[in-house]
Amino acid sequence: MIDTDTTDRAILRLLARDATLKASEIGRRVGLSQPATWRRIKRLTEAGILAGRRLDLDAAALGFGVTVFLGVKLSAKSRVSLDDFERAITAIPEVQTVEHVLGLYDYRLRVVARDLADFERVLRRRIMTLPSVGNVEANVLLSEEQRPGPL
Amino acid sequence: MLDDSDRRLLRHLQADPAQPIGQLAEAARLPLATAYKRLDKLQASGVLRGQHAIIDWQALGYTVEVSLRITLDKTNPRAFDEFLEAARDVPDVIEIQTFLGRVDARLKIIARDLAAYQQIYRDCVLTLPHIADIEALMQVAAIKNSRALPL
Repeated sequence: MIDTDTTDRAILRLLARDATLKASEIGRRVGLSQPATWRRIKRLTEAGILAGRRLDLDAAALGFGVTVFLGVKLSAKSRVSLDDFERAITAIPEVQTVEHVLGLYDYRLRVVARDLADFERVLRRRIMTLPSVGNVEANVLLSEEQRPGPL
Repeated sequence: MLDDSDRRLLRHLQADPAQPIGQLAEAARLPLATAYKRLDKLQASGVLRGQHAIIDWQALGYTVEVSLRITLDKTNPRAFDEFLEAARDVPDVIEIQTFLGRVDARLKIIARDLAAYQQIYRDCVLTLPHIADIEALMQVAAIKNSRALPL
């Protein structure tokens, strides 16, 4: 793990908001030269702290009207085949995120679909048909916001 | 309206948001000028809202990630608004979501270690207004985290 100072964190904050900012523009805002800023961004990238970019798309405008979070409990006898479950669930394109969690559920999934009927299709045909799936709880996403976090 | 070329463009951009536009145009089988024009239009219409840098909190030293699933006291009509407002002021919260389902809201919290998490939980989470019940899911591993839309 590398040490980061307040300037590094200011750079991270700016890039988290807009990853397309040029090093010169970031430098101007944090009070560094373009090459010095570029070196810091390179260092943060090499340390794995800057881990790529994500597009911010209007999912509804692209025809994806619902996002559902699923809490999945595996059936008791399938605990041995976690790898199989993870491989199968990861391959479903509508499943955006898969988190292995400790608590009430074994996995937490983020599923995107065109509408509730489309979600039901994904749930019944793709997810519930996996042999290891036991209990499933669904919560439909109403709103979400990303926060800057402790930067 | 979006057509197949728009979707193709976004699909390739989504796979590698940092790629040069020349490469993107070629991958989407569009002339460079057309790719530029379409991207501008997607931005102007709000379909493509921007790009965010992905920050790997683990690489920054935040080893604990917990999802707190919260049920609110809905007898108070202002419960949602007041809860969300207060949650935004907690710096360790990196994501806030609201749901239709058994759970009303979810906070994603990061901490440097379990002791720090306990501190945040006691001082900043339990003091949030209108909470009726809290369930914690601790992340063991992120198996898939693409957030990409199946365009």
